[in-house]
Amino acid sequence: MKKQRILVVGNGMVGNKLIDNLIQADHHAVDIMTFSGEPRLAYDRVHLTSYLTGSSAQDLALVDADYYQQHQVHFSLNDKVTQIDPLAQTVTTESGRVESYNKLVLATGSYPFVPPISGNDQEHCHVYRTLEDLDAIERSSQQSGVGVVIGGGLLGLEAANAIQNLGLETHVVEFAPRLMAVQLDQEGGDLLRRKIEAMGVKVHTQKATTEIVAGETLRYRMNFNDGSHLETDMIVFSAGIRPQDELARAAGITVGERGGIEINQYCQTNHANIYAIGECALWQQQIFGLVAPGYQMAKVAAQHILSPEQATSFNGADMSTKLKLLGVDVASIGEVHGKTEGALSYTYKDDITQVYKRLIVSSDKKKIVGAVLVGDAQAYSNLLQIRQNDMPLPDNPSVLILPNLVNDDSAAIGVEALPDKAMICSCFDVSKAAIKQAVISGCVNMSDLKASTNASTGCGGCSALAKQVLDSELAKLGVEVNNHLCEHFAYSRQELSDLIRVQKIKTFEALLTRYGKGHGCEVCKPTVGSILASFWNDYILQQEHLELQDTNDLYLGNMQKDGTYSVVPRIPAGEITPERLIVLGEVARDFNLYSKITGGQRIDLFGAQLNDLPAIWQRLVDAGFETGHAYGKSLRTVKSCVGSAWCRYGVQDSMGCAIDLENRYKGLRSPHKLKFAVSGCTRECAEAQSKDIGVIATDKGWNLFICGNGGMRPRHADLFATDLDTTTLIRYIDRLLMFYIRTADRLQRTSVWLENLDGGIDYLKDVIIDDKLGLGAELEQAMVDSISKYQCEWKTTLESPEKRQRFHHFINSSERDDGVQFIEIRHQKSPAPKGNTLEIDKPVTA
Amino acid sequence: MNNWLTICNITDIAPNTGVCAKVGEKQVAIFFHKRTDALYAISNYDPIGKANVLSRGIIGSIGDQLCVASPLYKQHFDLQTGTCLEDPSVHIDVYKVRQNSGLVQIHQ
Ligand SMILES: Cc1cc2nc3c(=O)[nH]c(=O)nc-3n(C[C@H](O)[C@H](O)[C@H](O)COP(=O)(O)OP(=O)(O)OC[C@H]3O[C@@H](n4cnc5c(N)ncnc54)[C@H](O)[C@@H]3O)c2cc1C
Ligand code: SF4
Repeated sequence: MKKQRILVVGNGMVGNKLIDNLIQADHHAVDIMTFSGEPRLAYDRVHLTSYLTGSSAQDLALVDADYYQQHQVHFSLNDKVTQIDPLAQTVTTESGRVESYNKLVLATGSYPFVPPISGNDQEHCHVYRTLEDLDAIERSSQQSGVGVVIGGGLLGLEAANAIQNLGLETHVVEFAPRLMAVQLDQEGGDLLRRKIEAMGVKVHTQKATTEIVAGETLRYRMNFNDGSHLETDMIVFSAGIRPQDELARAAGITVGERGGIEINQYCQTNHANIYAIGECALWQQQIFGLVAPGYQMAKVAAQHILSPEQATSFNGADMSTKLKLLGVDVASIGEVHGKTEGALSYTYKDDITQVYKRLIVSSDKKKIVGAVLVGDAQAYSNLLQIRQNDMPLPDNPSVLILPNLVNDDSAAIGVEALPDKAMICSCFDVSKAAIKQAVISGCVNMSDLKASTNASTGCGGCSALAKQVLDSELAKLGVEVNNHLCEHFAYSRQELSDLIRVQKIKTFEALLTRYGKGHGCEVCKPTVGSILASFWNDYILQQEHLELQDTNDLYLGNMQKDGTYSVVPRIPAGEITPERLIVLGEVARDFNLYSKITGGQRIDLFGAQLNDLPAIWQRLVDAGFETGHAYGKSLRTVKSCVGSAWCRYGVQDSMGCAIDLENRYKGLRSPHKLKFAVSGCTRECAEAQSKDIGVIATDKGWNLFICGNGGMRPRHADLFATDLDTTTLIRYIDRLLMFYIRTADRLQRTSVWLENLDGGIDYLKDVIIDDKLGLGAELEQAMVDSISKYQCEWKTTLESPEKRQRFHHFINSSERDDGVQFIEIRHQKSPAPKGNTLEIDKPVTA
Repeated sequence: MNNWLTICNITDIAPNTGVCAKVGEKQVAIFFHKRTDALYAISNYDPIGKANVLSRGIIGSIGDQLCVASPLYKQHFDLQTGTCLEDPSVHIDVYKVRQNSGLVQIHQ
């Protein structure tokens, strides 16, 4: 059969999704070409704002050229389609290209609406839609002190958050009487306003801008229709979006009265072989400005293109949303503006904790019409599922929004009651049935579920619900989730850690006798060693703990592939005097060590033989160095920028803070290694948001980010608390680290720990900030105890002749290991390649 | 021939750990398993990681087999037979070892 030629106009989120659906289904049946109006292929517009807080364009990319090339998808960047000829079935592009098609898909998205105000096209007036827009905003912000966002809707508030983070005094100007006029009612909007103003953003409602002229004190002055005005240096328009339908209109394709390309249930326009999907499409007089409905359209259109007889149809989509704006939880479900006849409503309002919830039900109190939640959006999934699945309401529907004072879960519907078709993750179209299937195919935790279904990897709003469904399905299958550490202990790491702490167990021998069997292994021994060290923190190389230590801990260095060790002295926050730098150089030269500056802002020396380690460290300790614990599952480094001491932009002393943190937590043993960083301002030169603990200076104090990760599975850290003073900062970190040490699994980085923690970040805030478990003081005390027992393990080792004795390759000879051979590469030594008597493909790890 | 070479005192080996002995040109890893009061000796060379490191591995049990985990890539070697548990086609040499009035001795 001849291949169908398919042209996709627009390579945004939805256009790319369609292409992906086509190639996943059958890429041999189609010949695809796509045109992008932007200089790059599709990226994640939903998370656009993260571009200003550390994500790169590459992080946001949804697809790369290789992937398209692999699947023979042709593309042309920066090349807008300017004309469609439906009769000849061809399109013409800006660059003059003419391409013919069998099927044409319009996925042109929308463009930001800029009100026709005079002066709206000046240099520091922006919109907020593409990466290039954000680049321009960031450049402007460096020459501005004050910024205004015109438009107080969802996107406007997101933009306001962004420019506030760029360090500008921020204003929001809204034409309507309240914020988020589409999603919220008046009271909800008012509360949101109060909360946002408390964060320092100034809100002006019922203001229509008439002109933008030169300012007197600042760059521009905005004049309003009520005679008042506001001065600013920069303006971002976020006054709504309009479907990009010019191209279609010019080709005679039917568009709606107020814009949008009209489509039927298969996403076809009035020309059967021309489809429209995503934000440019108009279905039953409705535009869908969210990505999930766009993805549904992409799926429907792809199916219809490949096999029209089997196609499903697009039946509209739910526009409910839940999000966090400037740190405030906001959710809106269904219809909230009283347009439904006879609807009744329940309202819950708490002025003390600043929570507003309104539930609107049908006149017979049998159905949910809509809901507004501000300040506490926990009820969201529950309400949404009831509405979407037409489930019966409790006799008194008000319990659905009342605080659950007795904690009896009376309002929760219970995931068992959800029908199989219930949509759990709407970003990725994952139903309850799909989760069931995933569990049957062997998935036992959230990480598995995310990997196999993508559930909860989009906006993340469904994570709690997805976890509940997962757990209930696991329970139904009778799967007992086995988190036993290994065959010697029928306990999880957390349980063992509780036993050790509560029973005051001090040795592995005692633990094995009471709670284990067999002789232990390389999994449980170091784990127990680490727990004992975290709680009792005595010298890890005491005789009775020796057998527990990995060779790295045993010889206080990282074993390299040839059996030699690395030497890594601590250089807190990367600050080092010239004298010490010289000592490092001399030691490296005298012992012929390979030297490298690492990403953690310190210097690693490689290739030390066991016999030489004590002499090397003696020189370093004499010069005032301490061990850097590069060998341990413990704090590695606290990376830092120079901050206010030297940098023009710094607002706090990031160096001082980093050095204090590094000295406080050095030597702390934990389930896995810990990395910190401190940046002196929001420019974030220290990359704190990729660290377990990230601290970023603000003009009022410190913002604390937690559970980020670089490495194999990067994770952006979550903002945990803002504008902390130093004492509070340390208190939170103390509590957090101890809580992690007590509850994490073996070798579980903080990022994975958080992802698997029931209740996620909100629960963690409850425990650490609000001290809901009443553990705060205990955790802090535990940290103080551990810190007070700190010792430099190298120093202790060197002081004892017997301990030094162990640093010999042979017990019965002072010779060295003659198996260790070096060659020279780039003027330094390097391990000689090994003979290939036996090849292995990949390392086996336990 | 009764040829036992004395390596060290038993107290030189920390309980449940290993040391490496030079026996002629060979490197031998000797482990002292305190719980059963037994000594084991195997080649110190890890044929998979290709380095002389086995004496620095953690010892323990998998089922009933006493074994050491290589500190490089964590394969297990049976202390009694020298067989690699992950890949039984890989074997390393085992040696006779004994405690004799507090001394650790290897049979040459
Ligand atoms: C800051 C921000 C935050 C958002 N947050 C959320 C959120 O939390 N949740 C949510 O669901 N949605 C969110 N959205 C909306 C979401 O991004 C859109 O719904 C989604 O991107 C729509 O996809 P699309 O492919 O239809 O349009 P787009 O992603 O806009 O892609 C259309 C592409 O077509 C190109 N194009 C246009 N005309 C032509 C032409 N003639 N020739 C060639 N190319 C052309 C455009 O340049 C563009 O690249 C957010 C949007 C923004 C801007
Ligand atoms: S993060 Fe640090 S180095 Fe970067 S601009 Fe801010 S203060 Fe300067």
